[in-house]
Amino acid sequence: MNSRLAFLLPLLALALPAAEPTVDEIVQKANQVSYYAGKDGRAEVEMTIKDDKGGTRVRKFVILRLNGEDGAQKFYVYFKEPADVRSMAYLVWKYAGDKDDDRWLWLPALNLKKRIAPGDKRTSFVGSDFLYEDVSGRNLAEDTHELKETTDQFYVIRNTPKKPDTVEFSYFLVWIDRETFLPRKAEYYDKNDKLYRTVEATKVETIQGYPTVVESVASDLRAGTSTTNAFSGVEYDLGLNDNIFTERFLRRPPREIR
Amino acid sequence: MIRRIACCLAILGLVAGAGEESLLDRLGISLHGFADVRGGVRTSGTDLVSDGSVLEGRLQLEANHQGDIFTLQLRTDFLYDALAEDHNFDLETGSGVMDLREAYVLFSPLDFMDVKVGRQILTWGTGDLVFLNDLFPKDWQAFFLGRDQEYLKAPSDALLVSLFPEFANIDLVFVPQFDPDRYVRGERLAFWNPGLQRVVGRDDAIDVETPDAWFRDVEVALRVSRTVGGVELAAYGYSGYWKSPEGSDPLTGKAVFPRLNVWGGSARGAVAGGIANAEFAYYDSRDDANGDDPFTPNSQWRFLLGYERELARDFTFACQYYAEWMQDYAAYERALPMGIAQDELRHYVTVRLTKLLMNQNLTLSFFARYSPNDDDAYLRPTVSYKISDNWLATAGANVFLGSQDYTFLGQFQDNTNVYAALRYSF
Repeated sequence: MNSRLAFLLPLLALALPAAEPTVDEIVQKANQVSYYAGKDGRAEVEMTIKDDKGGTRVRKFVILRLNGEDGAQKFYVYFKEPADVRSMAYLVWKYAGDKDDDRWLWLPALNLKKRIAPGDKRTSFVGSDFLYEDVSGRNLAEDTHELKETTDQFYVIRNTPKKPDTVEFSYFLVWIDRETFLPRKAEYYDKNDKLYRTVEATKVETIQGYPTVVESVASDLRAGTSTTNAFSGVEYDLGLNDNIFTERFLRRPPREIR
Repeated sequence: MIRRIACCLAILGLVAGAGEESLLDRLGISLHGFADVRGGVRTSGTDLVSDGSVLEGRLQLEANHQGDIFTLQLRTDFLYDALAEDHNFDLETGSGVMDLREAYVLFSPLDFMDVKVGRQILTWGTGDLVFLNDLFPKDWQAFFLGRDQEYLKAPSDALLVSLFPEFANIDLVFVPQFDPDRYVRGERLAFWNPGLQRVVGRDDAIDVETPDAWFRDVEVALRVSRTVGGVELAAYGYSGYWKSPEGSDPLTGKAVFPRLNVWGGSARGAVAGGIANAEFAYYDSRDDANGDDPFTPNSQWRFLLGYERELARDFTFACQYYAEWMQDYAAYERALPMGIAQDELRHYVTVRLTKLLMNQNLTLSFFARYSPNDDDAYLRPTVSYKISDNWLATAGANVFLGSQDYTFLGQFQDNTNVYAALRYSF
């Protein structure tokens, strides 16, 4: 038995280069690793927005996430700072396929669950350099993917939008870690092929076996602004209940946000 | 760990000064709030009410405990209102130095049940500044004077029991003593007095008799709601009184709150890249079942249709159509002693435009309401800018237009005002 294994191993090693994943497998896996780790997840986020004059604004919030079927997800975002949005909550039901997300904002002073019209996903998230799409993930079907380069550490993927007039970039490059499949850097190029925006995972840790971004930076090179997200208290597979993502727990925030 | 605690303490220390906060922290109580100064002037130059529309300083403090067993919330405003003639402290109307906004306990006696008891803000329904099935008290006076929009909702002293069985959410509200709207009275806003057939102000404030017996003059409200495939459906019921003194007692001449039952329904969901909502309600005026009492409003059907959609990045458009259909109109016309008859079907449209600029720190908003029946309109432009994470500056106007003095918005023409405010949140 042992001798047979010993014989097979070199063969397997030889076979590995041929088993390189296809570009579709790479982007699928990267999407899974960055947005769907575990059955559910939780993170505290401290977001620091730097303007072009060096002034800063800080947002603190807790995100709860629950995966559904076929890529559907629910998000609960509870704001802790700044003071004027404190204890507001943002609820998103993301569906499989093309269907628009359902989004609600909870306004505690009015005890009001306000429905938000579906918006352009390339709109700034809470005034930062991150976009809604950076937070909830861009639908893979919106771009064509091409493996531009394979380095020692990364797969470099060039993503070209199928409907270029709906977005502000002409293409973007993503560096995906060959080992963990976690995207480490994205560069966005405008219609003149000029780099104008970057999003980078600046610190990565393995938490409960899942490669996890614990610090990320988005920079708008034209405006001279940047936003840093520092993640703490990250947990996976908490066993979040589906009913947390309902009006009941908007009115009475769940203990998982504390 | 120690570093994290030190970091937390430093943040808390920054929030509300030093030592005492750490004590609150140990008790699991968070303390927050804001200070707000606000001034506004009337543009009409009427003698009926003062030239200033609003001039006040306000401190809101909020203490909150979120525990595993219960949530405790206390939120109160301390107010210096330079224009108020009545500085007497009144917990019901919010006049005087203190306006208690919330004081409640929330707990879950059963897995599928939440109970919230005490002073609380209650809201439901689908309209934007239009209320059909939301019969919880409003403060139109605060709203029209240029206070923050949160003050449109007045608090209720109520018991809210929410049940969460599989098939729906059920909310049952019991109000042991009738909570009327903080309706427009003459002291701050001039309005049409149908008895005198003219616009009156602070010298002719109306004499009102309010049902106020505990456990007798009660209100009950019910909502059953369910979300099916992203569409929010709800059915509503209410038993109580008209929320403003819409009736009058011919013997005493006092304005009164006639009895009212309401039932209705609503739906809200995604339509054509936006959000559509529809709501209806039947207002059953119990003291005028046949519609032939000229001193009591007739029963009505109310309908609302709305649509909202993002037109461009950070630019949203919303519109609504509202209709009110009086029942037993022939009886109403026959019984009307004199004066101006209302139309059988009254309606209005609203439009709201919202634009965010400068990294979403600058908000421009414009709300307009126009009624073709009454030929009157209300415009509410506002600009607000987040100077920093703590400071917010706001300016706005309340503009009333109308061809007659007796229509719903036309009566307020003398109250057209502009205001500005500065707020520090902590």
